[in-house]
Amino acid sequence: MTGTRIDRRFADLAGQRRAGLAAFVTAGDPDPILSARLVAGLPGAGADIIEIGMPFTDPMADGPVIQASSQRALKAGMTLAGTIDLVRQVRRHDDDTPIVLMGYYNPIYSYGNDAFLEDAVDAGVDGLILVDLPSEEDRELCLPAVEAGLNWIRLATPTTDSKRLPDVLAHASGFVYYVSITGITGTHAATSQTIASAVDRLRRHTDLPVAVGFGIRNGEQAAGIARIADAVVVGSAFCQAVADGLDNGKGTDASIDNALTLCEAISYDVRKARA
Amino acid sequence: MTDNSYAQGPDQDGHFGMFGGRYVAETLMPLILDLNRTWQEARDDPEFWDAFHGLGRDYVGRPSPLYFAERLTRHLGGARIYFKRDELNHTGSHKINNTVGQILLAQRMGKTRIIAETGAGQHGVATATVCARFNLPCVVYMGTKDIERQAPNVFRMKLLGAEVRHVTSGSRSLKDALNEALRDWVTNVDSTFYIIGTVAGPHPYPELVREFQAIIGREAKEQLMAVEGRLPDTVVACIGGGSNAMGLFHPFLDDRTVDIIGVEAAGRGIESGEHAASITGGRPGVLHGNRTYLLQDDDGQIVEAHSISAGLDYPGIGPEHAWLADQGRVSYVSATDDEALEAFHLCSRLEGIIPALEPAHALAHVMKIAPALPDDHIICMNMCGRGDKDVFTVARTQGVDL
Ligand SMILES: Cc1ncc(COP(=O)(O)O)c(C=O)c1O
Repeated sequence: MTGTRIDRRFADLAGQRRAGLAAFVTAGDPDPILSARLVAGLPGAGADIIEIGMPFTDPMADGPVIQASSQRALKAGMTLAGTIDLVRQVRRHDDDTPIVLMGYYNPIYSYGNDAFLEDAVDAGVDGLILVDLPSEEDRELCLPAVEAGLNWIRLATPTTDSKRLPDVLAHASGFVYYVSITGITGTHAATSQTIASAVDRLRRHTDLPVAVGFGIRNGEQAAGIARIADAVVVGSAFCQAVADGLDNGKGTDASIDNALTLCEAISYDVRKARA
Repeated sequence: MTDNSYAQGPDQDGHFGMFGGRYVAETLMPLILDLNRTWQEARDDPEFWDAFHGLGRDYVGRPSPLYFAERLTRHLGGARIYFKRDELNHTGSHKINNTVGQILLAQRMGKTRIIAETGAGQHGVATATVCARFNLPCVVYMGTKDIERQAPNVFRMKLLGAEVRHVTSGSRSLKDALNEALRDWVTNVDSTFYIIGTVAGPHPYPELVREFQAIIGREAKEQLMAVEGRLPDTVVACIGGGSNAMGLFHPFLDDRTVDIIGVEAAGRGIESGEHAASITGGRPGVLHGNRTYLLQDDDGQIVEAHSISAGLDYPGIGPEHAWLADQGRVSYVSATDDEALEAFHLCSRLEGIIPALEPAHALAHVMKIAPALPDDHIICMNMCGRGDKDVFTVARTQGVDL
């Protein structure tokens, strides 16, 4: 066995000639206990990769749905230490599904970069996506994370021009996450035509698998992306499903069931997209 | 940065020591690099500064006067107190110095739409003003908490043709307005120029806002030389994000005989936890594009700031201030809501100048130190805004409903 869980999963998906589904949920949403159940249930519902959002008070790149999800998690007492612990719990029963932590830098900086990397690796985290650490700030956390054996998953966007791409991809590993629109999470999606040409451009600069996300909320859209990219990322739709199950602001079994049912449905469409 | 100067920063990546930087989403990064190129070119272009100073003179009303506050000086019975009167600027505060500079940069970049965040509404008004003057559409983000307490400015922005968007997320004040402006920017990168209102944000904002505001300190220095024939002993300014303070301080940083004091908002008292004093009560972190001192909890979550003054109600501070604090070149102190209110009333009655609640914090500190200083000690305080916008807030503290 070589590489990280992420490398192995993409090799696997290539063997099956299908795209993967990366499911994003926020750690601690709607509360830490239900959140652990939700995350643990995602692989069974067809998620090939789990992205766990580290909640933050000021999620500058997120739309209202993920903002609210983050707020619920924080209100329910979630912390970065709690997020790492969540990964640890999931790893007890699942040693294969790649887990990526995604979020903003300040909670990590506050935790202490070295301590965070050590604890994240120890808990079974495979990769990191940091929204507010562009390649200009690689010395900050990217290089130490790679050193610690984690994949550094880089965001590329419609504004990342070809001149800039080599720098952006320099320390990327695991996969490249193409943000399909200029904008925040949970708004509209780009057309598959523009996404296809953007993914082509990325592939000319890297051999890494390419995942596409932002604005993808149903099986039909996901299937469209699954014909173009190596993975489809869905986030706001799951956070909305959790929100739809709230009762008086409190999480219920329905929060979990809604999200897992949606995951099954999208996964079904992703799996048969290239058939 | 050279060892013998405090005025050389930032380095080319926007770092003031460990502070500053460019912590933004990839979508914004190419634009921020573009902005930096435009700014560095403009900075070396005499025509750019001709346009800036021309508007400063004819539109803003510069230079602003330096005023000897004679009755206040006598009342406090110590140091000689001067006000640098940026509250007399067009639109009523120092904020217009910066918006004039940034709209010229926006024009240079060919941008067709302007966005801004605002707390007290002064930056929003100053932005709406230059947008009207330069015929560019303007969207201002403002927290609903601030919309309530700064109603006159909301109406002014609308009169000037700007659209004021209500921000209901988070603490519904300045930090959240900034988040929302960043979300707009990331969505409209191609068309939009973001006029940030203080010396914060990703590089090059802290540097360019400082350069536009440094007119305050340069004029003050010249004016003091003219009337007193020497440098001041102490300069004092209030700190929200730190732009009026940096504007006054920067030209004095390498004058080692000058004591420099920044006054943060202590709200209901530092020990109450309800304050906006990032340096006194915070620790280093990363928010809104830069590393600086932030109010945050043990988990690195940003804590809501509290101040009676909407313009100081921000849990961070510009990165250059963070660096100057660590270097020990500038002292950062704080004044509470009550102390600021007392200064507000005293200044109104003794000098016939109704100050904004923001500089009332600076004045509160002047009131603490002036009495014990000798009468040949010169203090220059930045009177960076007038209090028209605050009469509702102050009335409420007296149980008066206007
Ligand atoms: C009059 C006045 N002073 C000060 C401030 C605080 O900003 P800064 O610290 O950037 O000068 C504001 C902000 O709205 C203001 O309106």
